[in-house]
Amino acid sequence: MASEDLLINYLPILIFIVIAAGMSVVMILGSLLLGKQNPDPDKLSAYECGFDAFSDSRNKFDVRFYLVTLLFIIFDLEIAFLFPWAISLGTIGVFGFWSMVVFLTILTVGFIYEWKKGALDWE
Amino acid sequence: MEYLIWTGWTLLYTLVIIVGVLIAVAYYTYAERKVMGGMQRRQGPITVGPFGLLQPLADGLKLFSKETIIPSGANRVVFLLAPMMLFALSLIAWAVIPFDKGWVLANINVGILYLFAVSSMTVYGVIMAGWASNSRYAFLGGLRSASQMVSYEVSMGLIIVCVLLCTGSLNLMEIVEAPRPVWMQVLLFPMFIVFLISILAETNRAPFDLPEGESEITGGFMVEYSAMAFALFFLGEYSAMILMSAMTTILFLGGWLPPFGMAFLAFVPGIIWFAAKTLLVMFFFLWARATLPRFRYDQLMRLGWKVFLPLTLAWVILTAGILMSFDALPNMPAEAAVSQDALTQIEADTSDAAGLSETSGIEDIND
Repeated sequence: MASEDLLINYLPILIFIVIAAGMSVVMILGSLLLGKQNPDPDKLSAYECGFDAFSDSRNKFDVRFYLVTLLFIIFDLEIAFLFPWAISLGTIGVFGFWSMVVFLTILTVGFIYEWKKGALDWE
Repeated sequence: MEYLIWTGWTLLYTLVIIVGVLIAVAYYTYAERKVMGGMQRRQGPITVGPFGLLQPLADGLKLFSKETIIPSGANRVVFLLAPMMLFALSLIAWAVIPFDKGWVLANINVGILYLFAVSSMTVYGVIMAGWASNSRYAFLGGLRSASQMVSYEVSMGLIIVCVLLCTGSLNLMEIVEAPRPVWMQVLLFPMFIVFLISILAETNRAPFDLPEGESEITGGFMVEYSAMAFALFFLGEYSAMILMSAMTTILFLGGWLPPFGMAFLAFVPGIIWFAAKTLLVMFFFLWARATLPRFRYDQLMRLGWKVFLPLTLAWVILTAGILMSFDALPNMPAEAAVSQDALTQIEADTSDAAGLSETSGIEDIND
């Protein structure tokens, strides 16, 4: 019963998601159908300051974007750990506090390494 | 019968929230033009309707009736899905926002986690738009925007953890109502400032509006969009700004409670206070845009990773340490909060601590 009560709390969110998604579909489709469509090849080419595109635009990009995302995954996971820790710190007490400090220290060492390696520099 | 009433009420409430948010967005764009006009000694919109009040509706109608251009090189489905996703995401977060005591559509016990998750998902919309357009500017803009949003999300997450340490609940209503002594507010104040700056970056607003940076990449991931697809990006962005303002209100400004705990102001309905505080933060967005020049990309990343991240990380430990040493943590076992003896008792049998935390964790969930 308790789990059912828990799930019933989420039903309005589901309804909300369906309505919001439906609305955005209706808005786009409505505009597609009601607006005057008059395509021609030049209008439909990718915008590039008046040039025709020389090549496919999906080519190599800076590896630092990739590094940032990797770092983000590590720290976001860490935050996912911190959320329940923050809530239950009162009950897990000093032991819980120091365990998290150790965990964060290990992460910080990695972060400092990354910093010194220059992964965070954008010139 | 009961279920019918419940469903009808939920549907009605959902529609009220959505329509309310859309009207708020429409007039936020109007307010932006008026405020910026005022700050630059112009008038802003004045032609359409009295004081230009019908301008947002005229803009909306215009965008609705325009031609939707889908570039020939684009992935059509993803191209159209991206604005829909951003718009829908910026709306569904409102499902858990408490506007007043008890005025919430879904009173879930992990409300702040839900908000955090939904605002993280907006990155997908941006990447999808940047990729599907198959245009250089859009691609660059999408990359920049995505890495900017994830960078500032990290510090936002850590700031939220600081607040959670002080309030001891993930439920938004409980976060608002948790008692906050003055020293706790002082402790959280620097995080409030960092949070204000982070929400500017998170919503891609000036001075962090590099993803759009019209002087370099001509509108970033939105460059190929037109008509309603563009309007949905626009609506999504402004809705996200209002949402972030509401989030700031809930986390730091005390939601629907009267300001500074002034009890004699309690006769004013809570929704008024909530709206007033949210408007204040919303004004901050416009103020920042009219005042500050745009950041450079390396400055932006340096601020995010080399300043905010170490600062907020250290602040989490500082907050936890202070709360710990003054026995001020919420959710403390009653006996530990009362006497120092009990605390040392808990310290003594740390081997029990793991078991203790497990059982009490389950109790928390059942609450």
